[in-house]
Amino acid sequence: MAVTTVGPPPGRTRWARWAHRKWDLRAGFWTGLTWVVALVLFFPVLWMVLTSFKTEHTAYTYPPRFVFSPTLYQYGQVFNGVQNFVHPLEHSIFVTLVSTGLVLLLAVPAAYSLAIRPVKRSKDVLFFFLTTKMLPYVAAIVPIYVVAKDLGLLDNDWTLVVLYTAMNLPVAVWMVRSFLVEVPRGLLEAARIDGASTWTEVTRVVLPMIMPGLAATALICGIFAWNEFFFAQSLTATNGPTMSVFLVSSIQTEGLYWAQLSAAATVASLPVVLAGWIAQKQLVRGLSLGALK
Amino acid sequence: MTATIPPTRALSAGNGTPVAGGQAPARRRPDAGPWHAWKRRLPLMPALAYMIVVTQVPFLVTLWYSLRSWNLLVPGSNRFAGLAEYRAAFDDPAFRSAALNTLKITASAVVLAMLLGVALALLLNRKFLGRGVVRTMLITPFLLMPVATDLLFKTTIYDSNFGFLDWVLRPLGVGQVNWLGTHAVGSLVVVLVWEWAPFMMLIVLAGLQGEDLEALEAARVDGANAVKTFTYITLPHIRRYIELGVLLGSIYIVQTFGDIYVLTAGGPGTATTNLPYYLYEQVFNNFTVGVGAAAGVIVVILTEVVATFALRLFSGLLEASAGAV
Repeated sequence: MAVTTVGPPPGRTRWARWAHRKWDLRAGFWTGLTWVVALVLFFPVLWMVLTSFKTEHTAYTYPPRFVFSPTLYQYGQVFNGVQNFVHPLEHSIFVTLVSTGLVLLLAVPAAYSLAIRPVKRSKDVLFFFLTTKMLPYVAAIVPIYVVAKDLGLLDNDWTLVVLYTAMNLPVAVWMVRSFLVEVPRGLLEAARIDGASTWTEVTRVVLPMIMPGLAATALICGIFAWNEFFFAQSLTATNGPTMSVFLVSSIQTEGLYWAQLSAAATVASLPVVLAGWIAQKQLVRGLSLGALK
Repeated sequence: MTATIPPTRALSAGNGTPVAGGQAPARRRPDAGPWHAWKRRLPLMPALAYMIVVTQVPFLVTLWYSLRSWNLLVPGSNRFAGLAEYRAAFDDPAFRSAALNTLKITASAVVLAMLLGVALALLLNRKFLGRGVVRTMLITPFLLMPVATDLLFKTTIYDSNFGFLDWVLRPLGVGQVNWLGTHAVGSLVVVLVWEWAPFMMLIVLAGLQGEDLEALEAARVDGANAVKTFTYITLPHIRRYIELGVLLGSIYIVQTFGDIYVLTAGGPGTATTNLPYYLYEQVFNNFTVGVGAAAGVIVVILTEVVATFALRLFSGLLEASAGAV
């Protein structure tokens, strides 16, 4: 497989030119193949967007229709229909924003004391955070459900905020830490020699430097919170659903409305897809909890 | 002179770097002192306390519940039962099949997603026209809201009459197949692979991009073909990344719930019921807290076996990275 990025230098002899052309052909083959594979894998996404602009009548045909006159009717239904997505959308936005904010508020100081002049047993603490991420959610749901039920906290956005914060905090601590250790030590030394207090050092030197990293961390935590289904289904299914829960329940009660489903799925996915596209350079760092760059 | 050092060293041990012995005579460092050690630890405390309260306490309560027989609908049924709920779980054929399904679904999804992920990463690890666009397209399945993906596959792709798959396969003589009814596990695994291959791809790609280009060039000059180069140079290099992807992927995919809830509801029968779905049904449909909790504890034990290896790998990566603690 031609997996290398280096081609043979263009030679002067006829043989070398021939070899070069052969290499070009081969590179072209791999490029073509890559595009075909990517388009095939991307197709379901494309199909979702296409279907969302159809009427139910054109969505439900054999053979599937690629050419049709597009309509925004389904999007109107998503926002203004009888069973519209406005309230679930509000729940999702609230839970995602508040939990992500809370995560950063807790993670940045923690990561600071683990990365810059780390405190004693930093490694143990880091690994404690990591193990909590590896504890399956199902292990905690039973008592959480029982307690939430007894305290009347079912269908409450704050219940999800508390859980999503816990779900994302380990990711954020590891990620922010990985950005903090990249802050040049010399800069911190210089600030200290100039008599900067810890507060000045953090707000004037450290935070501005890791801002892009913090943004990426926020985006990744936001993605996980927005897409979460298990806790939301268990704890808010009756009366305060987030997007994911409402999407599933409304479709199951409404039957086969493919075009409307596609429009709803597009609206539900769009914020996170955009966030992921923007943060794609940092995505791998988030997914590997800061271990990879 | 060294005699004056120990107290200072003891007090400043908080920063992990011992004070160089035998230097300046006992000049008290301004950042020494037990108060200072606490001040340094203070920023860590809220996050640490939060995680202990929200993740560890519920787990301990789960352990406690798993030793009790408790049906939420039967008042007064909450009593100590020892290991009876575990016995009940293990005696339940649905539980045993759920445990088996969990292994089957997780293993096949992880392995297939990784194979596809490696292939995609290799394809992407070259310079070519539109590389950024292709990369963006390829990560999108991972970003879509998973339950939205499931709903779309269930309807527009897998439908036996109007589904896209049906249209693609009909010329090949395969038509009107009830995919989720007759090939439930396979159809579920296909969706999981579609969702998780981008994750694997990104991790392997991170490995490939750290590859030693000189070694590859040397191999080419020595006349090694692509297969040999891959087997002897690339593969050993990305092995650690593959391991990391497999371990993280397993930890996440073992917890698969939404995909099953939407696509198959655990069926047909219990063909696609995994442990998280079994637990959900026990608690939210049958209201048997004890059995659900016991199932939860068993999931944790399964996950921790994988997690032990994952942690070891993380430890290695942490030491290898610049930010070694």
